[in-house]
Amino acid sequence: MAATVKYDEVEIGQEIPAADYPVRRINLVMYAGASGDFNPIHWNERFAKTVGLPDVIAHGMFTMAQGGRFVTDWAGDPGAVVDYGVRFSSMVVVPDDDHGTVITVSGVIEEKLEDKRVVVALTAKCDGSRVLSKARAVVQLA
Amino acid sequence: MALNRDFVGRASAPSAPYEVSRVKIREFATAIGDSNPIYHDRGAAQAAGHPDVVAPPTFPIVFSLSGGAILADPELGLNFAMVVHGEQRFEYRRPIHAGDELVSVSTVTDIRSVGRNEFITVRSDVTTVEGELVCTTYNTIVERGGAG
Repeated sequence: MAATVKYDEVEIGQEIPAADYPVRRINLVMYAGASGDFNPIHWNERFAKTVGLPDVIAHGMFTMAQGGRFVTDWAGDPGAVVDYGVRFSSMVVVPDDDHGTVITVSGVIEEKLEDKRVVVALTAKCDGSRVLSKARAVVQLA
Repeated sequence: MALNRDFVGRASAPSAPYEVSRVKIREFATAIGDSNPIYHDRGAAQAAGHPDVVAPPTFPIVFSLSGGAILADPELGLNFAMVVHGEQRFEYRRPIHAGDELVSVSTVTDIRSVGRNEFITVRSDVTTVEGELVCTTYNTIVERGGAG
């Protein structure tokens, strides 16, 4: 359970460079299968439009997982994430073409806690909108 | 329809044990596009100090929604067609790894109205079959127009 990032080398306000996570329809189909969430708004455009959505949207938990991936890639060990919470603030619309869309995640060290833990504040954007708000991860550093 | 406030404090029966498998962790990690070897390769996980491959932070969503039984109770009055996910949080005592057998108990902790929407929060305490607390999840769902 060893993060590769050292607590003593991290400063409040330090930024973690942004990463892009492409999302296509196939990713939502895979996520539906793996998570067991088969709500048709995540794969059936015809159904999504009947409930007033512009198109198929990504599972909120798929978007949250991309934020988690951003943090675990930074920390070096997924086991170092001891707390992770988000609010879902906007939809990720995924068109049925070869490109889909892109979720861009960035982070900043917001706070240094005791026991070599830090709070990472995450920003996740898609098409110019924040898709997660109040996204925070507590990470156990080395 | 407003949700039935009598449900605040109500807890589910403990779920049947969920056996965390390497295959499921691999499937979930692949679905979120994550090739981190600690999810895919037992040797890499052990080299990092884990007993076996570790589950991604959001993995408990796969099994922790045993609160579903409470949410589906007609007495609660939740219209699933109008539900969206509002907030989600995972709080860990230790990482989940392949081989864990986990039991979830879900409790409705809050029901409130915000504007025309109803918010309901369910906490799930995830323990091993031996009773060790591993993770607590907090799931807030929103029923659009529920309070209107």
